[in-house]
Amino acid sequence: MMTAQPGGRAASIPLMGHEVEPTMFELSVPGRSAAQLRTTSIPARTLASMVPAEHLNPEPLVTADLAERDLVGHVTRLTHRQFSVDLGAYPLGSCTMKYNPKFCDGVAADPGLVTVHPGAPAAMVQGWLELLVTLEERLCGITGMAAATLQPAAGAAGELTGLLLMRAYHDANGEQRRRVIIPDSAHGTNPASVTLGGYEVTTVPSNERGLVDLDALRAALGPDVAGIMLTNPNTVGLFEEQIVEIAEAVHEVGGLLYYDGANLNAILGVVRPGDMGFDIVHMNLHKTFATPHGGGGPGAGPVAVSARLARFLPGPRATRVEGHFEWTTPDASIGRVHGWHGNAMVLARALAYIEVHGAPGLERVAQHAVLNANWLRRRLAATLPAAYDRPCMHECVLTATPVKAAYGVRGLDIAKSLLDEGFHAPTVYFPLIVDEALMFEPTETESPQTLEALATAVESIVARAATDPESLHRAPTHTPVSRVDEARAARHLIATEDDADR
Amino acid sequence: MADYLAHTDDEVAAMLAFLGLNTLDDLFAHIPAAVRLAAGAMGLPDGRSEPDVADEFTQFTRANRATANQLVCFAGGGAYDHEVPSVVRALASRSEFVTAYTPYQPEVAQGVLQALFEYQTLVSRLSGLPVANASLYDGATALVEALNLAGGATGRSTMVVSAGVHPHWRAVVQTFARGTGHRVVVAPLVDGVTDWSGVDVDEAAAVVVAYPNYLGVLEDMAAARANATRLGGLFVVAGDPVAAGVLRTAGDWGADVFVGEGQPFGTALSFGGPYLGLFAVASEHVRRLPGRIVGETLDTNGRRAFVTTLRAREQDIRREKATSNVCTNQTLMAVTAAIQLGWLGTAGLRQVAVASATGAHALYDALTTVDGVTPLVTAPFLREFAIRLPRPANEVIAAMAGDGILAGLAVSALTGGADRSIEGDPANVLLVAVTERRTQLELDAYVDALRKAVK
Repeated sequence: MMTAQPGGRAASIPLMGHEVEPTMFELSVPGRSAAQLRTTSIPARTLASMVPAEHLNPEPLVTADLAERDLVGHVTRLTHRQFSVDLGAYPLGSCTMKYNPKFCDGVAADPGLVTVHPGAPAAMVQGWLELLVTLEERLCGITGMAAATLQPAAGAAGELTGLLLMRAYHDANGEQRRRVIIPDSAHGTNPASVTLGGYEVTTVPSNERGLVDLDALRAALGPDVAGIMLTNPNTVGLFEEQIVEIAEAVHEVGGLLYYDGANLNAILGVVRPGDMGFDIVHMNLHKTFATPHGGGGPGAGPVAVSARLARFLPGPRATRVEGHFEWTTPDASIGRVHGWHGNAMVLARALAYIEVHGAPGLERVAQHAVLNANWLRRRLAATLPAAYDRPCMHECVLTATPVKAAYGVRGLDIAKSLLDEGFHAPTVYFPLIVDEALMFEPTETESPQTLEALATAVESIVARAATDPESLHRAPTHTPVSRVDEARAARHLIATEDDADR
Repeated sequence: MADYLAHTDDEVAAMLAFLGLNTLDDLFAHIPAAVRLAAGAMGLPDGRSEPDVADEFTQFTRANRATANQLVCFAGGGAYDHEVPSVVRALASRSEFVTAYTPYQPEVAQGVLQALFEYQTLVSRLSGLPVANASLYDGATALVEALNLAGGATGRSTMVVSAGVHPHWRAVVQTFARGTGHRVVVAPLVDGVTDWSGVDVDEAAAVVVAYPNYLGVLEDMAAARANATRLGGLFVVAGDPVAAGVLRTAGDWGADVFVGEGQPFGTALSFGGPYLGLFAVASEHVRRLPGRIVGETLDTNGRRAFVTTLRAREQDIRREKATSNVCTNQTLMAVTAAIQLGWLGTAGLRQVAVASATGAHALYDALTTVDGVTPLVTAPFLREFAIRLPRPANEVIAAMAGDGILAGLAVSALTGGADRSIEGDPANVLLVAVTERRTQLELDAYVDALRKAVK
């Protein structure tokens, strides 16, 4: 089965340029222009006749002046210095860099969606409202929750929204609670969101199996605990098998369970947060539902809640009312969390993805994601041991500790070397509880041939650690730039073209 | 069944055999049976092919009336119908930008990193402040981050916010204040300009003014700055980046922090998102910046390279002590803005602002001759203005849609009722925006339609 060539290896492309690409400012020639604007036929007026002098900038604001051809050349050359999912496998753990179907971009480009002003009256945007209501229903079905807000613009925004919902719930019950529990394996956004939600973080350790230590959790619980934030499967790619006991223990002290949906991809159609006892769930639509990550956003972070929390959801929400759609705001709403309705075009893409897959398709997504991760973990077992040696979910956390001890080659060196082999690197040094962590999330859309090629590349790199470790320290060398001096960037900040020290 | 998976049945069987398993379901054997999902329990339809789903979406798009093809857009309020040329759309849809993620591996992410560096440079120039970050979600949440920065910088929690800040932004600020405990004091508008005199606080972490404010008015910036100085708070300017093409910059007015909505630079109206939160600061606040920042450095061969930097501020390293929880931001919109600004150039940026202002002033002059229509305020404006109608604005908007015009935004829909930005009842107040895309013919049609609607 492995005789075919891999479809997800980027080493064939000439990522060849080793010269610096000029910035658009360095390409600028005053007097050049690409812009072509509409002829309005409105009689000209001077700025001075419209705006009092004290407001006007006495000097023109200079940006960059390029001919259209040079702008296109510049930006296209920048894209040739950029790895992406479309180019090759991107097993960046925790980020779910799966293939993003072009169809979803296509529906989102329809002028009937993309040219709509967000402030138009509800009667003129019934299609958009129905789309949002449909997506909310689908997301509630997928997570086992009662209602959702689509406003949060990313996962971290969803987290903070969820914590404010938690706070509103306890406030409504007349309870002052001050602590939120998170495991030591949690994403960094969790503790950062807890602080912004006005709570204190209590960290509970993981046990030797990589799971929440139930005894430590019970010891940490008390009447001042507002809730717990859990990722399940957790950030080491393992399912929290004692989730029912965890939920009971937290609920017993009156706390709520928050589900960090970063890893929802692993359990689609298999198990739902609502059925596990979670009260609040955020989803990363850009991960689970394959909306493109955009080089670091936009994402979308809808938050779904159980029935008892629905009245606190942000508003306005698109709502089905007697055969048409209206904006409504729940009676005890925490308020808006976005300037308009959320990242609507991301929401439209996610709905398209869900509709194409349907229930059976989503279950296959989870099955194949878990299959690929387990295959890779097993395939690499003799090369890089798993941090926890047992079946994983959608990602596997391996450790370079033995390689480091034997040859002085770090996880980072292995990751950088993979770039030269035509693959994106895994996530390195996360989760923090694993030494020399290399977190691989192959995703369901990489073929067996691509996985084999990825495994072979890792094997060859680790083999080279014994014979030529220096070559790994030097890697990557085939990329547009070699290793960059991060310390220099931080010590001597140059954040713009105009920096005086540049 | 439709999906995007590669595996053949034989390949699945071989992979399962390699793992010593028989079925895909065996992969989940360690999940407690009590919580396993029964088949069909999600209540989702079966999957459909792409063309079938496209038909469903056609139903949605047909039910939208407020599209560019059907209504000429005079609505603004932070979301504007500016020109987005084919060249910008084509470049911004390059899949290398679209399907990448946060540039954690700079050696294979110089494209996004350099584009963000160029974006930061442009935002810095537009704001007149030396350091910009690599984007936030939108203008509203950027303002929240500015207040959090101000709280951290001053050790105070009172935020004085002009009522001229967009009502939705103020609402978002109020929501997040539930968590931070910030006290938000709103300074009212009098004749469209912020009246700081009634603000009954002794000190503040931040004083926020919008420039122009959401009613389009050019605020008294010297008074706002003086008020920030008096209260010892950071001066936060929420600016319209298009206006920044001709107005004095936030930095010129003494701002400590600039925030703005970057949608006008290359992003379609998009029903409100994804948009682009602009964020820039004075040098002394660099280490409190929320989100990513790209810096210039060298690679091991001495070549110029770019990398995300000052990472010690960020959530994945600092955890509960981070300056912000932001991780994923709006990189693609930031890259798009840089491309759009590259297309506009120095002259184009100015031309957009001047043409928008020209159209707005021409329409204002024409509308205020219509019987029963009066200006809301007398203060100077640039490209957006508010008028008071003889009947509710939402009725006028509905009526004018019959003539193919999206007349603007009903201020009461933004404020949700009485508001400190409007003296009297906002129900009859209409907010009108004009961009460089509007023509004299469209302005004439607007005037005719409004005359009909208020008769």
